[in-house]
Amino acid sequence: MGQGLRLSVNNLACERGGRRIFEGVSFTLLPGEALVITGRNGAGKSTLLELLAGRLHPAGGKVLWEGAGERSLPECLHYVGHRDALKSALTAQENLDFAQDFLGNPALSAREALEAVGLVHAARLPVGYLSAGQRHRVALARLLVAYRPLWLLDEPTSALDVASQETLRELLEDHRAKGGMIAATTHAPLFLSEPKEIRIERSAAPSAAAGEWQ
Amino acid sequence: MIRSFRALLIRDLKLAARVGGSGVMGLIFFLMIVTLIPFALGPDLNLLSRIGPAILWIAALLATLIGLDRLFQADQEDGSLELLRLSPAPLELIVLAKVIAYWLTTGLPLAVATPLFGLLVALSPEGMLAMVATLLVGTPALTFIGAVGAALTASLRRGGLILAILVLPFMIPTLIFGVSAANAAVGGTVPFATPFLILIALSLVAAVVGTVGAAAALRSGE
Repeated sequence: MGQGLRLSVNNLACERGGRRIFEGVSFTLLPGEALVITGRNGAGKSTLLELLAGRLHPAGGKVLWEGAGERSLPECLHYVGHRDALKSALTAQENLDFAQDFLGNPALSAREALEAVGLVHAARLPVGYLSAGQRHRVALARLLVAYRPLWLLDEPTSALDVASQETLRELLEDHRAKGGMIAATTHAPLFLSEPKEIRIERSAAPSAAAGEWQ
Repeated sequence: MIRSFRALLIRDLKLAARVGGSGVMGLIFFLMIVTLIPFALGPDLNLLSRIGPAILWIAALLATLIGLDRLFQADQEDGSLELLRLSPAPLELIVLAKVIAYWLTTGLPLAVATPLFGLLVALSPEGMLAMVATLLVGTPALTFIGAVGAALTASLRRGGLILAILVLPFMIPTLIFGVSAANAAVGGTVPFATPFLILIALSLVAAVVGTVGAAAALRSGE
């Protein structure tokens, strides 16, 4: 699984609310590779991931997704962002069961996935009762219940304790070893082995509108 | 694709049944309005039974509207909408699953409970039967029209008010033919089938336009 896939991003530019956020972003991602995206707050790291996830449209440049047949890029990726897409009223198990049925390509069962992130004791608790870090781990467990080659992670280590960060690193390396791809934004180091790195800068020459906070 | 559809439908039904869900809320709100109006009008049974279908229809319309602002907003706020976009199913199918789940938890209970509420406005047995039938085929139109408004206002903080202003005008035809069908069943010159068939047509048109429209609104709502 995952062989022959290739994600190439060419000279990508993004505008939001009439402002150029970034431009000239290029990289390629092959199976087994990880991309770490760094940059200041507000530089557009999350925006880049949202562009890849198909939620925003680029103002220029191209995102090419090759080797997946007729499956489009959004159908081949997982996205875990700041908003965890978990329903507070449902239990962790129910949330993961839903994700598995909904996304297709089932991999681990919900219980096994929760075991992998060390939360099997919380399987029957409504997610609303969990702490921020635990919720984030349930969201990460979603990566495991359905197989998708590309993982887009927005600040994956946020709210995680040291032990969970190590678990996350192992999960990511495991995914890479199986031919998966990862693109993650981060401020803290992820300690991945030989990741590609790009740094996003706010594009030069911001528009000269009065009252610009720069 | 069908799996995704079913999974989402079941999830939304579960959510509606849990604490804070919209499941029972619409029904209680419906009951409130229907009980308030006899108090305002006074104990004139003839008047009540004459305007009973109109009262029930307006109550049903408001009860449909009351939870509608959360239809997509709840998913937008917690990031679920991003997850829903990653499915192999097209956005239209996702909208359809959510709207059907919403109708099953609001419109359907309203229609089923109407005979009970019909007692409060002194409806005749034929009148009650006609109300059940008209609400059963008419409330889907209200839900589908409302879904477009809900999709348009998904990312607005006070979306509920704007939603009502946006969609209420489009619900007028459904209201007209719903009430006239219910009235036709208890007497009058128009045969029941004429407004009833138009009501069915309105629901079918709303199902198509509402699904496509709401999906388009969600797509452009970034």
